[in-house]
Amino acid sequence: MSSYEPSRNETQHPSVLCLVETDDGTVIEASLRALSFARSLAQSSQARLIAALVGEIPEITASSLGSFGVDEAYAVTSTQLSPYAPVAWAQALRQLLVTCGATTLLAAGSDRGNEVMAHVGALTSEPMAANCFGATRIDDETVRLSRQRWAGSLIEDSLLRSTTALMTVAFDGVSSQRAEHATTTKISAFAPNLDESDGRTHVARWTGRSAGISLADARVVVGGGRGVGSADGFAALDELAELLGGAVGVSRAVTSLGWRPHNQQVGQTGTRIAPDLYLVSGISGATQHLAGCQSAKRVVAINTDPDAPIISRADYAVIGDLNQIIPALAAAIRERNSLTS
Amino acid sequence: MNVLVCIKRVAMVGARIVVTPDGQEIDTKQLGFTVSPHEECAVEEAVRIVERLGGTVSVLTLGPSEASEQLRDAAAIGATHLVHLKTDGREFDPIATAQAIVEVVHQLEAVSGTYDLILFGNEAPDTGDYQVGIRVAHSLDRPCVTGVKNLEVAETSARARREFRGGDELFELDLPCVLTVKEGINLPRYPSLPGRMRAKKAVIEEFEPVWQASLVVKEGLRVPNVTRERAEILGTGVDAVPALLALLEQIGVLS
Ligand SMILES: Cc1cc2nc3c(=O)[nH]c(=O)nc-3n(C[C@H](O)[C@H](O)[C@H](O)COP(=O)(O)OP(=O)(O)OC[C@H]3O[C@@H](n4cnc5c(N)ncnc54)[C@H](O)[C@@H]3O)c2cc1C
Repeated sequence: MSSYEPSRNETQHPSVLCLVETDDGTVIEASLRALSFARSLAQSSQARLIAALVGEIPEITASSLGSFGVDEAYAVTSTQLSPYAPVAWAQALRQLLVTCGATTLLAAGSDRGNEVMAHVGALTSEPMAANCFGATRIDDETVRLSRQRWAGSLIEDSLLRSTTALMTVAFDGVSSQRAEHATTTKISAFAPNLDESDGRTHVARWTGRSAGISLADARVVVGGGRGVGSADGFAALDELAELLGGAVGVSRAVTSLGWRPHNQQVGQTGTRIAPDLYLVSGISGATQHLAGCQSAKRVVAINTDPDAPIISRADYAVIGDLNQIIPALAAAIRERNSLTS
Repeated sequence: MNVLVCIKRVAMVGARIVVTPDGQEIDTKQLGFTVSPHEECAVEEAVRIVERLGGTVSVLTLGPSEASEQLRDAAAIGATHLVHLKTDGREFDPIATAQAIVEVVHQLEAVSGTYDLILFGNEAPDTGDYQVGIRVAHSLDRPCVTGVKNLEVAETSARARREFRGGDELFELDLPCVLTVKEGINLPRYPSLPGRMRAKKAVIEEFEPVWQASLVVKEGLRVPNVTRERAEILGTGVDAVPALLALLEQIGVLS
């Protein structure tokens, strides 16, 4: 592949612009991954890496941007942008894109990232490629990319043909990597020109995090599927999850049967989990379920069927009836705890 | 209250996806078809709204002739109008899909009035583009909220909630609006026998959508390499519990 020589004018270097989401001043993991992706795309086309953040940029945030190789960061502020208003965010990014002469705009493939980028696509009538994990610039109007389809069970290689490449970055397809050499990020302010209609659809109220261990953040998830056999059968899984300081996750078969609420569903149309341990029992391992646990560090499966697909995706497996094994394991842990305490 | 729900026929892939030899499609010969759980919930939500407030539930799909099956499934749980934008099997990208839907919405609304609500699934399971609903909303100049998991609709307004970082975000919207919903907003009913009978006879209004080439030019599809070997078998039945306990100890998840 011939290396890409960007066309330059005197004043502006080509640049890659990346929307960065923060939570209490900390850059979220999905955005760190998006930045890592953006940096390698920028490097492949000798472009500058520019970050866009809504609101002020505190010192601590600036330094983590620097460690990810961000050359310049814009603090984007306007009364229309907060509380969160998707169209206003998209308008602001679109204006910033012009201001800094970027040819690529990226965001994390988070709910918010996908939403804002889809609005940018709609406002500009440009295509938007969601959940990319690989990209190289070919020429001024073409990016070759790889993106996830079927929630990561399939990969599509394609050419994105647009003078402004709009993409979101797949969470499970990219890791967050600091730059080899940290940069000192230049901080600039950007006040977009927004009117009230841009902020018309906005968050009217945010109810903060609920207490307890959330499935998405749990270090241990005890999974149960159709094989659990009944709603009552989950009592043993609840107990084991409690002993392990974890949460219970279930398959869609279980939520469709009404055995468990949907907020416990793991998978493509449920929650994506990233625990140290996913102890998964009575779940066959359909692609749509596996889509939700790609980031689990270790998968241990319990299944009566040694040929169940989950067995070939797990690190360890026990062949047998979960309704005997789970209670026996819980009893063994209780006994161990009583000896060590 | 007039509600329009947009759904998409997709293959029901199992444990593994097989790609056709030319690398352009997935091999669906052995597969059944369905719509996304998000969209099943969107249809259910529309039916519930209309049961409460009166009105009509229209369901629209853009897809090949066989997609009429998915329209009839929707009719079986209560959709009253079925609309089919019949393709010749070619893939429509999000821009082409949104344009085709907007065209037809204009035509339908000219006859029977504005849809107070247009519902979509949050994302299609196959392409996962996350954008058709948003593009339609912009073309129609209507407000849009995605990822909705709780919805209260009144005559002229709606309150939509969705999850955000472990909490929940509330949006207040005026109708008409466009919403994309997620599974979990409700638990869809099973079709009744009379519902199924009605669905068989339901009339489907057909349109011919205009295809346009995508600016995201597909070079090929491939299945990701899963490097993982088969699992290490710790044992069988309760005899494996000591080995399981030792493993948990080793991983460091025991307190
Ligand atoms: C678009 C789309 C999106 C979807 N999204 C999701 C999603 O988000 N999450 C999800 O989970 N699914 C999703 N699904 C559904 C998915 O395809 C499967 O149908 C579902 O995951 C199956 O659930 P299961 O593994 O519990 O049931 P089954 O496939 O029926 O498997 C049950 C397993 O339990 C084992 N078993 C039975 N008895 C025992 C026992 N006593 N002890 C141990 N093992 C036992 C069996 O050997 C079998 O492997 C989606 C489907 C579609 C089409």
